[in-house]
This record gives sequence, structure tokens and C-alpha cells, in this order.
Amino acid sequence: MTERRHELRRHPWQVRDSGQLLLVVAAGVWLVASVAQTAAAGLRDVRTAVAFGVLIAFGEVLRLNLPGDRESAPIGFAGALAYALLIRVGVNHVQYTAEQVVTVTTIGMIVGALPHLAVGRPARVSGMASRLLCVACVAYIFRPLAGHAVLAHWGVAFSLMTSLAIVALLLEVILTALMRVDEQRVLFRVALVDEMRVQLPLGAAVGASALLIAFAAEVMGLAALAVFTAPLLVTQVAFRRYAGIRATYLQTVRALARVTELGGYVEAGHSERVSRLAVAIGRELGIHEPQLLELEYAALMHDIGQLSLHDPISGGATIFVSRADQQRIAELGADVIQQAQVLGAVAEIVRRQNEPFRDVQDPGGFPDPAGEERTGPPMSSRIIKAANAFDDIVGSSLDHGRAATAVQQLRLDTASEYDPDAVEALSRVVNRRSVVQM
Amino acid sequence: MGRLTWAARLYIATVLAVGVVLIVRGPFTFSWISWRDIAVLGLLLVISESTATRLSEGNLSWSANTTATLAAAVLVGPVGAALVGACTVFSLRRGPSPAQRAFNTGMMALTAYVAGRVFIALNGQVGALTANSFPKIIWPFAIAAIVHVVVNHALLGGVLWLVRDAEGMGGAVSAVVNPRLLFSDLGYGAFGLLIAALWSVVGPFAPLLVLIPLFVARWAVAQFAAQQRAYEATVGALCQAVETKDFYTRGHSDRVSRGSVMIAREIGMRGDRVEALRYAGMLHDVGKLGVPTKVLQKTGKLTEEEYAAIQLHPMRGLDIVREIGFLDEALAGIMHHHERIDGRGYPMGLAGDEIPEFARVLAVADAFDSMTSTRSYRGARPTEEAIAELRKWSGTQFDPAFVDAFVAAINRDGWQRPEAPVIAADEVNIAATDHDDPSAPIRVSDSL
Repeated sequence: MTERRHELRRHPWQVRDSGQLLLVVAAGVWLVASVAQTAAAGLRDVRTAVAFGVLIAFGEVLRLNLPGDRESAPIGFAGALAYALLIRVGVNHVQYTAEQVVTVTTIGMIVGALPHLAVGRPARVSGMASRLLCVACVAYIFRPLAGHAVLAHWGVAFSLMTSLAIVALLLEVILTALMRVDEQRVLFRVALVDEMRVQLPLGAAVGASALLIAFAAEVMGLAALAVFTAPLLVTQVAFRRYAGIRATYLQTVRALARVTELGGYVEAGHSERVSRLAVAIGRELGIHEPQLLELEYAALMHDIGQLSLHDPISGGATIFVSRADQQRIAELGADVIQQAQVLGAVAEIVRRQNEPFRDVQDPGGFPDPAGEERTGPPMSSRIIKAANAFDDIVGSSLDHGRAATAVQQLRLDTASEYDPDAVEALSRVVNRRSVVQM
Repeated sequence: MGRLTWAARLYIATVLAVGVVLIVRGPFTFSWISWRDIAVLGLLLVISESTATRLSEGNLSWSANTTATLAAAVLVGPVGAALVGACTVFSLRRGPSPAQRAFNTGMMALTAYVAGRVFIALNGQVGALTANSFPKIIWPFAIAAIVHVVVNHALLGGVLWLVRDAEGMGGAVSAVVNPRLLFSDLGYGAFGLLIAALWSVVGPFAPLLVLIPLFVARWAVAQFAAQQRAYEATVGALCQAVETKDFYTRGHSDRVSRGSVMIAREIGMRGDRVEALRYAGMLHDVGKLGVPTKVLQKTGKLTEEEYAAIQLHPMRGLDIVREIGFLDEALAGIMHHHERIDGRGYPMGLAGDEIPEFARVLAVADAFDSMTSTRSYRGARPTEEAIAELRKWSGTQFDPAFVDAFVAAINRDGWQRPEAPVIAADEVNIAATDHDDPSAPIRVSDSL
């Protein structure tokens, strides 16, 4: 909630983060130069330009949401890359320049973005800008070489085109990772790895499809565009369903985690707040996305064990009941999650959410002086422990003083109860929030 | 496929025999057989076949083998395509039984041959493509691809129909005619044309280039299936967690879900709606958690307020599941599953056709499971007695069409009753009444 309020108070032009702005400006400058050059030199290979422009626009219309709120336009991107890498259509060599590639790609993208705007979806300019930059890089390297005799040999052309496609895809991964660093305050190293993991499969399909069209156009002419679109469309449908069920999954866990609120077991909004806080702490600590998702599930369901209690704990705040009871709730909750079989790691996180960071009985304990690390509770459990305690004290209150006191209280307990790293990260997250509120 | 009926055996043998005859007879009439090309395409087929994805419906797998057979239909003609199709026999998949493997082999050979024939009949040129093969090749190819997919699914549907009783795969037949699967196959068929086109540019390396998108798509399909299984397991586990509050109703949601699906299948509901109904069944009583324990466990008459708390539970349930996007129709089912045909139900008092179809289905399965389960105030009632009770209330409380469908399904497939619960001495979660039980309505005191 706080973030949304924060956005409303700024002017629209201030909302875009500085990194994204830079990216869009860079793409814009390049674009203006290219359009001017193309206009001066005149459009070449008009039929080809129109066909690819239509394909790119079509691809932009069919944008795809990948897991983790990522947007991608595989068909449009593959089309644009193929246009940059085209050597011949049928038997005729194409003559157009890199500037023309940039111009046609942009026009296609803008036309394709219009339907999104018409139905009230955001245009996502930064995503378009990063795709455009990648295509532009490939075009500027490859277009001057396209007519060269060396490329007449199949093997040379194939290897050059493959490496350029890989470069373009890597560049896109880096640009998107940079944007995520800006947006979500993730560490760059973490963002890069996460981005690679998500984009690699679809990226490979996009690159291969781009090569396929560029080669097939030599035999099929422009019909290659129509033929190739169908298979990539199928891939896209498969991805859409995959992303869809992932989203449904999260929605369902979010919704069903609320049954504890309905039964009066916990305060309204508690699970949601703990999960948001826990995910923010996890990002701060450089946890990778798959584990972040597990953390989110575990945080949402951390109180599910209370359902097995005969009567609700008054107020639902688990830090105010005895450790044995806390442990019993955690065990019951873990048992419930274990039933699902696929969420073993989540169950483990929930089971150990109350364990103290360091064993009080064994003060020297962890990490062991001999260098052998004893297994403490997993990082995610420690995060949930801190986030849960914070929310039990502060609740839905927006009072900074209360939040600061709560952080201070947790800090005093870092000798045994709470992980100091988790508490420091929590403190940073909480501070950032209160700055935003003022 | 343990025991097959004679009809199924005959069917499989016929398909296999036709496939074999086509291949053996073939090469003498067609001279353009290229063994190297057939080997490369056969390898492509074996790879895609070996990496088939399991579908969530029945014992079915889906693979992208259409690509190889259709490319073969263009490059090496119908007999070559049949040979490539027959490479299915070398599939490295462990799942299929010998009978399945034999059938798949015969089916692919036959399908590929028919597609190749159609391609030639429509003036398609067999052999490596050149720059002037396009665009006139597209129509013959497209028709051949459509014929390929239709023949393939028809043959498969036939065998599934014949073995459906032995395997309990009633749903599998409808899965084969799933439009999404048909379109996937057509899409992969288009890859076949790409391979054929690239053959003249990059030779047998063409399939290599085509394999990447193919595998990515396959990966996405597999991811989807895995996520869906995970999703189901998670919803099931969470529903169970909700049920722990009342000892006697454990497993209720799961059984209502199964009963509703039985009714839906019986009346021929569309596949995706059956899925939504399944989730609706699992989630229908989530709102009961909002009913205070003391109300559930009260033995005497309930006050108006206490009864109101019970009547509100479908709305509470709706509050929770409302945010789950895909459930649209299921939401209405959850909200109205205690409405009655005569309009005397709750929470809205809807009557007859005003009540959403899902809700009417759920109501039947819900009441039936309640009656056939043990309750604190009575033992489980026999199935026949519960059916008689459903019939008695048919037309007033329940929709007669769904009662008939349910009875028909139970008589054919049987009903798995819950085991009689063993109650531990310290069990505290015992409800005194059951709002789902039509034969023992909740008593509300008249005085306020």
C-alpha cells in the first residue's frame, strides 16, 4: 500500500526510475538518428520491410508475461532479429541498412503497442527500448557485412549469425537485469543469474527461430515469416499456460493462507504483510528467485498450523505464546504443507521458523569453532522469524516510532534469537518504507 | 493395458498390419527413396518421441513427432514418411507396453502415409524444395498437415474408446479431441515444412536447427504439467487443513469433488469446466472455518444468530477464493451450493434455473457424501438409502437431472465410501450437527 501512495504523489515523469529513463533516452536518440538517415536515403526492399514490420507488430501484440512479472515479446523479437540477420529473400540480395532495421523495428513495436494502450494496459516502454537496443547492435554489426562474399559460404554465415543472436540475447538479459536492480533493489549478480535462468529457454527458441527465418527466406521468400510464426506461436501458448498456472498457484496460496484470518486465528492481513516483508528482506540478502518464491509461500502459510488448534490464540500473535506452543504450531503447519509433497522445502522452512538462531544451551555453538558449521535453521526460516516477530509487534500500524522500537527490540535479541543479518536487512527495509512515507 | 478386449486387440492388430503392408509394398512403386534422409528424419522422430510429455489426463503422452513425419511426407514421399513414422518402434520411452508400442508404430506409419498421399494428390512436389516451390506448396502442405492431425487423433480416439472400460480412461477420449492439443500438433507440423525448406540450404542439419524451439516448447509443456500437479497437491493439502477442525468431515471436500466430477462427466460437461468444478468441489466448504467452533459443536437447537453464522459460510468461502483468477464459474458454485430448487435455500434463496449449474451439481454430491459418512449423531447410511433420500428431495432441494446423472454414475462406477472413523478419546474437534445433511436438518429455536 505504501508504495502505491508514494507513486501517486509523484509526477508521472518522476515515476520511471533513473536507469530506465537512461535506457529509453539512449534508444530514443539512436532511433531519431536512424529515422532521419532512413528518410534521407529512402526505404529499400519495401515489401520485405512491410512484411517484417507487420510480423514485429503482431509479436508485440502477443506479448507474454513470464514468471516474476517479466514481459517478453518472443515473436516480435525473433522477427526483428531475423530482419537484422537477413541476407537474401529468394535469390535476391537485400540492400537495406542498419538504420532501416531500427526504423522498421520501432514502427512495428509502436503499432503493436497501440492495442495494449487501447485496452488500458501499460505500454512498457523500457522493455521495448531494451529489445530495440539489442536489435540495433546486431544490425549495426551485421548489415555492413551482409553483402560480403565471405558470407556466401554457408558455414561462415551460420556461425556469424549464431554468435550475433547469442550476443543480442545476452545483451537483453543484462539490460533487463539492470532494470530489475533499479526497480526492486536486487543485487546485480543475483538479478543476472535469475534473469538468465528465466530467459534462457525462451531466448534459445527466439534465437533459433530468428536464424530459421533468415535461412528459410532464402528458399521460401517472405512465406517463411508466415510459416515460422505458427511453431513459435505454439511455444508461446505453452509458455503462457505455464506462466498462467504459476500465477494461479501464487494467487491460490495467497487466498487460502487467509483462511487463518477468517477463523479468527490471526489478525487480518498478517500473512500478507509478513510475506511482503520477508520477500523484501530476502531480496536485500541476495536470495535467488526460486528460493524467494519458496520463502514467499512459507511466509504466507507460516501460521497455517493454527488451523489445527481447537481455539484461536487471542489476537493470533504467535510470539506471545510459549515456545512449546509456537513449536507445535510450526510442526502442525509443516505437516499440512508436507501433505502437498511438492513443497518439501517450504514445509522445512515453516517447521523451523521458531528455532533460535543460536542455541542458548551451547553459547559458543554456531558456527562451530572447529570450522565445521552446525546446521542452524535455514536462512528463510530466520527471515520469517524476524518478519513475523516484527509484524506481531507492529501489526498494521504505520507509526514510525513503533516500527523503530520493534526493530530495536529485535536487535537486542540477536545474540540468540534472531539472525543479525536478517534483522539488519529488515531494518533497512523498514527505514526505506518510512522514508517513502514522509 | 493389462487385459485388452478382443475388439481392442483386433483394432491394434489391424492398424499395425496396414502400416506394415504400406511400407513393405511401398518402395517398389516410388523411386525417390533416400535412405540417408529417412535415417535423419527417423532419428528426429525417435528423439521427439523419446522425450514425450505426460499429459495430466489419463495415461497419455504427447510428443512433437508430427514435425518429423510431415517433413518426411514432403522430402521422401508417403512411403518414406511411413518408414519414418514406423521409427516410433525405437522410442526410448519406458512407459508404453508392447501393445501400446505396436499400436503407436502402426498408427504413425499409417498417418504419415495418408498425409503423404494427400500431399501428392494436391499436386505437392516431393523432394528438396527450391526457391520457386513457394508459395504454391503451402496449401497442399497445410491440408496434408490437417489430415495428418485428424487421422492421428481419430485412430488414437478409437483405441482409447475401445479400452476405456478396462482402464477407466473415460476422460482420455475427450482429452484426445482437446482443441488445444490439435492446434499444438498443427503448429509442430509447420516445423516440418521449415525442415523441408531448409533441407536445400543446410541439408540434414536442418532438423538440428529446428530441434531447439521444439525442445523449448516441450520444456514449457513439461513445466506446465509439473506446476499443475504441484498446484493440485497444494490445494488438496490446504483443504485438508481446513477440514481438521471437524473430525467427522475429514475427506469430505475430496469426495464432494469426486462426486461432482462424476456428475459432470455423466452429463458430458466440457473438459475445462469439469476441471473448474473439481476445484469448486474441493473448495466449497472453505468458509466453514468462519463458523465458530462452539456453534459447530452445539448439540441442542441453534439460536437464530448461530444459524445465521452457518448460513453465511458460503459467502465467507467466496471471500477467500474470490481472488483466485481462473475460478469464475466455480465461484458461483461455491457461493450457491446450499440453494434449493424450490428457493428455500441460502444464502440468496435462488430457485430453479437461477441457481448456477455448478452449485446444483455440488449440492447433490455434497448431500450424498454427508449422508454416507458417519456423523456424531448417527452412523453412515448405506448407499441405497442415501440414493433414496436424494430421490425423495429431487425436485424440491436438488435438480432432478443431476440426481439422475449421479445415480447412474454410482450404479456404473460405484462409490468409494469413507472408512468408519476411529475416534481417539481426546479428540476435541467433533461437530454436533452437519449443515450438509438433508435428512437431519439443523434445528433452530423459534423464540428469539
